[in-house]
Parts: sequence; structure tokens; C-alpha cells
Amino acid sequence: MFVQMAWRNIWRNPRRTTVILIAVVIGVWSMIFLGALMRGMVDGMIKNGISTLTGHIQIHHEGYRKDPVIDNSMLDVDKLDAVLTEVLPEGAKYAKRIRVNTIASNARHSAGLTLVGIEPEKEKGISFIGEGVVEGRLLKPDEKRGIIIGKALLDKFETKIGRKLLIMTQDTQNEIASKSFKIVGVFRAEMEATEKNFVFISLKSAKKLVKLNDGISEVSISLAERGMEGEVAEKLNAQLGSTGLKAETWKELIPMLRAYLEIFDGFMYIWYLVVFTAMGFGIVNTTLMAVFERMREFGLLKALGMKPSWILRGVLTESLFLLVLGAFLGNVLGFIFTYATAQTGIDLSALAAGAEAWGLSRTLIPVVVLKDVFMANFMVVVLGMVVSAYPAVKAARFTPVEAMMMN
Amino acid sequence: MPIDITMAWRNIWRNPRRTLLTVAAIGFASTALVFMLSFQFGVYDTMINSSVNIHAGHLQIQAKGYKEKMAMRYAVADPVRMGNLLNGIDDVKSYTYRAEGFSMLSSSDRTYGVLVTGIDPDKEKQVSTIKSLVRKGEYLSSSNAYEALVGSLLAANLKVGIGDEITILGQAKDGSVAASVVTVKGIFTSGIDEFDRSTVQIPLKTFQEVYSMDGAVHRVVVVCKSLKSVSMVKAALAEDISGIDEKYELKVFDWMEIMPGLLQSIQMDLISGFIMYIILVIVVAFSILNTFLMAVFERTREFGVLMAIGAEPGRIMKLLLIESITMTSIGIFLGMALGSVFSLYFQKHGIDFTGASEIMNQMGISGLMYPKLTLLSLFTGPMAVLFITSVAALYPALKVKSLRPVEAISYN
Repeated sequence: MFVQMAWRNIWRNPRRTTVILIAVVIGVWSMIFLGALMRGMVDGMIKNGISTLTGHIQIHHEGYRKDPVIDNSMLDVDKLDAVLTEVLPEGAKYAKRIRVNTIASNARHSAGLTLVGIEPEKEKGISFIGEGVVEGRLLKPDEKRGIIIGKALLDKFETKIGRKLLIMTQDTQNEIASKSFKIVGVFRAEMEATEKNFVFISLKSAKKLVKLNDGISEVSISLAERGMEGEVAEKLNAQLGSTGLKAETWKELIPMLRAYLEIFDGFMYIWYLVVFTAMGFGIVNTTLMAVFERMREFGLLKALGMKPSWILRGVLTESLFLLVLGAFLGNVLGFIFTYATAQTGIDLSALAAGAEAWGLSRTLIPVVVLKDVFMANFMVVVLGMVVSAYPAVKAARFTPVEAMMMN
Repeated sequence: MPIDITMAWRNIWRNPRRTLLTVAAIGFASTALVFMLSFQFGVYDTMINSSVNIHAGHLQIQAKGYKEKMAMRYAVADPVRMGNLLNGIDDVKSYTYRAEGFSMLSSSDRTYGVLVTGIDPDKEKQVSTIKSLVRKGEYLSSSNAYEALVGSLLAANLKVGIGDEITILGQAKDGSVAASVVTVKGIFTSGIDEFDRSTVQIPLKTFQEVYSMDGAVHRVVVVCKSLKSVSMVKAALAEDISGIDEKYELKVFDWMEIMPGLLQSIQMDLISGFIMYIILVIVVAFSILNTFLMAVFERTREFGVLMAIGAEPGRIMKLLLIESITMTSIGIFLGMALGSVFSLYFQKHGIDFTGASEIMNQMGISGLMYPKLTLLSLFTGPMAVLFITSVAALYPALKVKSLRPVEAISYN
């Protein structure tokens, strides 16, 4: 009965209903769409961080992260391989690397950067370098003298493919090791800093350069999907226990990103609340006006013997219909907007240096997160009900005589 | 005319509850906008100041080409002449000279490649805050000793402490080998990892000797009396140095050109902020539009009567617009007052953001953040609200035009 009456009441005055609906729809739409944009921004940051040589999980010698030198290498690679094959779930990939600080120089320039020895064919799907080479060629697994450098470094060093680059570093005997490499390929990355800071050679020639017979400095693991890394890292650590090796997830490897994620949720919900408050004033005002417009009707109902609590319930049911309907339409509209922008993404390249400072990618692609959608709807419907209690109580309090004398 | 205003004023208070709610919605949005904008401006100010003060300065004079390539040969040959020019400009607070060369740094068991900077300790401490960031040991004292000031992360990487020796090996300006041994005199922590990991400073005279600079420097770093005077000083300087004939043409860069990343991250934050504000303003506009629209529907009979006794539709429209603009103005005024109170309170006491300190440190902000109320942050938001609510009020007012008195009176 209530439901039916409420539903019919709503459509008795379609104009009024439309007006209230629009307020709710706009509010929910903005929450969903803006939420997706901001999530997309964070998601881009995470993806960027992960593909810039981090991966979902990394394994290092336990001293390596504090003191990233060649002395802190992992020597028992066979054991590591065995553990990885056993623990890693299906669809996971891993690549071994040697990573050392070096000084690169040519006739005119020199700079300090990170030299990474990689297994070129295994980096695909783990880090950007697997597919990042845009000029020249990829490294071969047994490459002896070839090196791949970033486009930005190439420009800075005023050099080109085919030219030489002298690499100097400290080897396992604490001696200065130096070797001249030939630039065979150029890579591009999302961030200019990556292009300037990393150069790649094959794992084999890196081992030879630093005189590390069979050791590696890191293993980078990419899982089929983000989300399981905590669990997998735990299992890995259980297996690696006494070997002095440690697996860490990207959250531990890039603490800045984790910190950002942590404050992000709070920030977003505060924003939702601000939007809701702006919308809430409108809802209270229009519902209140609607109630006053119907004062005679409520008076009549009361004179016929309807209890105040029934009227209260009736008005609240109407509000609930309006809020749910508005939220539904708002969601649909929000999803359409999100879907439309997700097709091409939003180009941020005009602000590339700023985007880079934040670790963002050059295009922003909105991402819908269920938690946010739920939160937005929950907030609008529940808080919407709370604020419409005020007009509902007003309606329930009209005395029949007073109300019917009105007008 | 005065009659219209009296009528509008009385109409507004005929239904005080509705008016108060409408005013509150506008006031809330204005308060939020004033406070959020002030907050953003305050954070930008802190970010700019901390970068400027730690290292970059407001302006730098460099030889053309140095900013991109950073090669030793692009040098300012006669820094003292620049100093004399700068002494003659009123708004310059202080300035210093720096020279830089990429070198290999070795301690007893570690080697790293780092950009070594030569600084003039006396002048530098008036330009940069590093002196106050020294956590161990002391700041550089004389301008020609063989000592170094090292960033804390670099010191940890090199495994050196106060009194330890570092070997510097690099390339001098003339292409010869530059080699020297310096003693660690002090270790500083700025909180910005990138900076603490890659900075080593030695006295300028020592640097010029080791790297055969022949008295030349790479950067003349200038701090102005305020951020506002930067563009003026820049223009004056550019004119002064345009006539100087050096081997490489000299150029003046401001902090925006020296740190494009900082400027663009501010722009990006502003843009994303503006998107949020626009959405907030739209949401408010709709809730106001709804209220105005409902009010007009409710008063259809009244308008019919007014028309029947001779009021023209234009006059009723004017009446409605006066009503809505009055309500908006009251709301905006309240919002601006409240927003200012909040902003000023936190401007004095600061907002605690220690939970996000990991991120803030990297931007050179520590612990508390201070909003900064400016004319721009005070007016931008409320004016946008005023504009959009005026537009929103136009629609219901236009509806009145299509009313026919007879129908309107019998409308229920």
C-alpha cells in the first residue's frame, strides 16, 4: 500500500519530481565521473611505477635496498630459480637483473646513472624496456658490447646509434672496472627521468663487467594481475627464509606511492561529502517545498484518521524512490561519461613535466572502482534519507484543522 | 524602482525557511571554495619557496646552452661583473656564484658519479637554506679549503662520516683531468631524497682551482626580495647583460624556467582543482535552480494576480532577478566571511599533515601546511558562484514571460 501510494504520489506532479531528480542525478554523476578520473590518475601512477623496472614483487639480498652495491648480490641463483618455480602462480613472469651505479661518458659529456644488465627476451610484460626500444634494435641474450640508452640521454650526450659510450663502475674486487660499449638501440619511456637515468646491457656482459660469476642483484616478478602480490611475497619469504634474501612488493619498494594511496581514499570521501552537502541543501529545500505545497492533502489524510507516523513513512518512502531513481540515473550517466573518456583517455602531454613530477603517465584513463561507486551511492541514498527526515517530520506534524484552513 | 526593491526584500522573507536554506547552500559552496583555493595557494607558496631557498634561487644567469647540456665549457667568465650589476638593482636580496662539474667520487670502499658544486660559503648562506640543514659537522667556512658538504643519503651511500676523505675525479674545463682529495666537513638533510642523494658542495675557489675554471662560474643565483618582484628584476637584468660581450651569450632564467617540473605540477594541481570546483559549482547551481524554479511554480497564482492588476511581465522578471541576486549576494558575502575566517585561522595555526609527511617531504614541505588568503582566492570561487546562480535564476524568471494572467490565476 505505502509503496504504491508513494510511487503514485511521485508521478502526480512530474515536474516537481523531475526537478528533484535532476539535483540527485547531477550529484551522483559528478561523484562517479570525478571519482573515476582521480582513480585513473592514481592507477596510472601505480602502473608507471611498476613498469619502471619495479614489477609487482622484487627479490633482493636483504642488504641491497639500503646499500645497492654489487657486494650485496644474490649468489645462489639455482636455489632462487627452484623457489620461484615452486611458488609463483600461473601467469607470473620473472626476470633477473644486475643493477649497478655507473658513470657513463663520451668525449663531451659524462653523467652518473644506473646500468642494468637484463635478459632482454624475459623483460617483455615485466618492465617497459621489453617493448620500449624505438630505434635501432633490441639486445641479444649474448650481446657482448651493445648498449641501449634512453632518447633523452642520447640528446643530452649529443651522440647517436653506432657511437661509443664508456661505462665505469666498481667491481666485486672494489676495483674500477671500465669498458666501452656501442649504442645499438634507443628506448623511450613514460618519463624523461627514466630515459636519462637508465642504460641497459645484457645480463651476461654485466656479469663480466663487474666480475660477478653467477650472481644477480635483483629479480623482478610480474603477476598476471595486480592484487595478489602481498600473498605471493609472503609465500616467497617463507621459502627464502634463511637464505638472506627478501621479497618485497611494490608497496614496500615505492613507499611514496603507498603513502599517496593511503591519503587518497580519505581525500576522495571528503570530496564526496562536500558535493553531497551542496546537493543536500537543494534536496531539503525542494522536498520541503513539495511538502508545504501538499499541506492540505496531509491535513485531509489526517482528518480521515491517518496516523502521523504513516505520513512520515509515506514521505520518506517517496524520498527513497526519488533518491534511488536519481542515483541509478546518475550512475548510468557517470558510466557513459567514464566510458566515453576511457576510449581515448585525456591527453596530459601539455603538462608533461608536471605529470612527470607526480609520476603520472602522459594519458589519463579513468578507472571505475566498485568501492567508490558503492560509497557514492551509499552516501547519496543514506544521507539523502537523513536530510529528508526534516521535511517528513514537518509533514507529520501538521494539524488537520490548521492544514485544511491553509490557502 | 525602490518599490520593486522593497517588494523583493519582503518577498524574500515571506518564506524565511526557504530563503535561509538557499542562502546556506550558496554560503557553504562559497566558504568551501574560498578555503580550498587559499589552501592550494598556500601549498604552492611553500613549495616554491622551499625549492627556491634550498637551491634554485628566483633567477639564474647562465651561459646560453648550459641549462640543456650542462657542459663545463658554457661558463660565465666574469662573475664579479654580474655581481656589480646585481648590486645596482634594488629588489635583489642576495646572490651567489656556483660552478659545477660531473665527477667520480670515491671513498675508501665506494664509488659514485655525482655533480660536484663549488659554492662561495659567505654568499651562499644568504641565498640557500642548506646551512641550517647541516645535521652533522659544520658548514663550509673558508672559500679555498679542501673540504666538502655532503647530502646525507650520498654520505650513507659512500659510507663516509665527518673527517673522512673523498677523492674527486672529473674533467676540468680545459679538458684535462681534474683530481683532488677533500675532507667531509658537514652532512646535511633536506628531506628531499633526490637532493640528499646527489649533492656534494665544495668551496668555489677550490673548485675553480681543481677544474681549471680560470675564475669562471656556471650559475649566478639570485634571490629577490619577493616572488612578485622576480619578473621586474629579470627584465632589468636581461637589459643589463645584453650588452656584455662574452664568449657565450648570457641569459637570465627565472625559477619557472629552471624548474619547469615545479611550475607544471602546480599548473596540473590547479587544473585538477578547477575541475573539482567547477563540478561543485554546477551541483550548487542545480540545487539553486531547483529552488528558484519551485518557488516560481508555487507563486504562479500570485504572478497572475500581479499581471491582472497591470504589472508587465518584464517587471515581474526584474522582481524575481532582484530577489535571487539579493539571496545570492547574502550567501556569497557570508561564504566569503566564513571562508576568510577559516583560512586566516589556519594561516596562523597551520594544518597538521603529518600523516602524509612522506609525500610532503619530497616536495620540500614539512609537517604543517598553511593556507594563504589572497584577493584571488577570496574572489574567484564566490564570483563563479555569483555568475552561475545568476544564470540559473534567469531560466525561472524567463518562464514568467510566457504566463497568461487568466490561466495563471486559475492555476493550482
